[in-house]
Amino acid sequence: MSNPAGMPVLEPAEGAKDQHMVINMGPQHPATHGVLRLVVEIDGEIVVRIYPEIGYLHTGIEKTCEAKFYHQVVPLTDRINYLDPLANNLCYALAVEKLLNLEIPPKAQWMRVLLAELSRLNSHLIWLGTHAMDIGALTVFLYTFREREDILRLFEAVAGQRMMTSYIRIGGLAMEPPLDFLDRVQGFVRTLPEKIDEYSNLLTGNPIFRNRLKGVGHLSAADAIALGVTGPPLRASGVDFDLRRDMPYSSYEKFQFKVPVSNDADCWARYEVRLLEMRESVKIIKQALDGMPEGAVKADAPKIVLPDREKMKTQMEALIHHFKIVTEGFEVPAGEVFQGIECGHGQMGYYIVSDGTAKPYRVHMRYPSFPILQALETMCKGRMLADVVAVIGSIDIVLGEIDR
Amino acid sequence: MGDDKTYIGKGAVLEAMAEHPAVEAIVQWKVEALADAKFDFGELTLTIVPEQIVSAALTMRDAGYNFFEDLTAVDWFPSSPRFQLSYHLVSHGFKERIRLRLLLEAENPAVESITSVWAGSDYYEREVFDLFGIRFEGHPNLRRIMLPEDWQGHPLRKDYPVEGYR
Repeated sequence: MSNPAGMPVLEPAEGAKDQHMVINMGPQHPATHGVLRLVVEIDGEIVVRIYPEIGYLHTGIEKTCEAKFYHQVVPLTDRINYLDPLANNLCYALAVEKLLNLEIPPKAQWMRVLLAELSRLNSHLIWLGTHAMDIGALTVFLYTFREREDILRLFEAVAGQRMMTSYIRIGGLAMEPPLDFLDRVQGFVRTLPEKIDEYSNLLTGNPIFRNRLKGVGHLSAADAIALGVTGPPLRASGVDFDLRRDMPYSSYEKFQFKVPVSNDADCWARYEVRLLEMRESVKIIKQALDGMPEGAVKADAPKIVLPDREKMKTQMEALIHHFKIVTEGFEVPAGEVFQGIECGHGQMGYYIVSDGTAKPYRVHMRYPSFPILQALETMCKGRMLADVVAVIGSIDIVLGEIDR
Repeated sequence: MGDDKTYIGKGAVLEAMAEHPAVEAIVQWKVEALADAKFDFGELTLTIVPEQIVSAALTMRDAGYNFFEDLTAVDWFPSSPRFQLSYHLVSHGFKERIRLRLLLEAENPAVESITSVWAGSDYYEREVFDLFGIRFEGHPNLRRIMLPEDWQGHPLRKDYPVEGYR
């Protein structure tokens, strides 16, 4: 096998050179969910070592952020985890608002919760479809993408964009949602529980799906914590921790929901936890719809938040503020903050260092898919090569957020 | 929004937050290892003497900050000390996050690896090594992670050219 410069070649372990073989999985392998390259050492069909090779999608987005005004960073964020776009926007906006000490109106906060949960459903629906497809249950993909399409239409209605929403801005939301938006969300969440039953009917009793997942990819709670695993895989390992409940942000403390936990710690547990999470998300969205407060969706901070189009074209002051924000940005007090939120994949975090100017001095993103790759070897060691595919599906990774 | 109380400086934090579990643990362990401290934006930052990071991490882990969440660096070029390392730790019990901060000089920045405390810091240390060129002594596999092996320079440093030919 030729070795282009810089590609690591994993040598078989000393003393096992005749018996072990090193194979390459990816970067263009359909089951790696993107451009992930795995160098796998196998003994027959049994996995001995896995070395994930990442960086194929590295764009230096953290460096790019340093050259932008604070408000220009928002559209960069939803390109990182493109399956959960509003969570990215939310996390970044919360971090900058913490530095600015901005008060966000209640309606904007509740809309943010509603949208973050829709975004989580979007992420989980894609996970379920692709995970089942990896295992061989091709049908489920068509069902989950049907509902995902509904969510994308809702995103389009509210933000004008299906995937790269950039709807949650510093200081609130980009604009008022359309008048029929809440009714449309209501219609969607009314039917979704039946649809989740439908997926469950297709998969939960399916003996092939069961056998491929049960007991596969075991990850103990101690290992999960040591390796930085978060989100549904952590809760499937029996650790009851969810930032939405335990370190609430954006008024999540006002919502009633359960945090599903399982002690089985295998791929099946991760499947069950995520399905239950989808049902809890539906509950949260219903509560947000029922109690949606009235009022503005933007903070009262004319020097930070862009004025409405209407005002900008009729009022001199609004026009000046608009011009100032767009051309010069706004200054953010010096300091450093870390804001964590629970996105579909786990704990996301934005670490922003400000030096008091209009551009961030340093933006660092903590994304859950990055550390979870370290746990891959622990989960796959001693198992069949085919189980690697099931494990990668069950940890739900997006390469955009790993490579950044 | 947030906590409006702010304490800047080691003395102020030690006095005002003496009952905070992380502050308590560090006082019991070795108060000299704490170079500076601050509490602002509702977040506690403890600046640790670089040589003491492994024991500090162990102390924090035993004090209840059991989850290593994040590690990254900041380049304060051209000021001195040039590099800052920020470790973020979360406590599942206290439901709280703290930040450990290290300051390193520009020449040959290096610090001991905390992979012996949290195996999960492996990728983060490789990322900082790759993009900032800070070495982590005792790391099991300190190689570039994002960029190709033959890449020249460390792009997240502030003196790295962002346009034109390198």
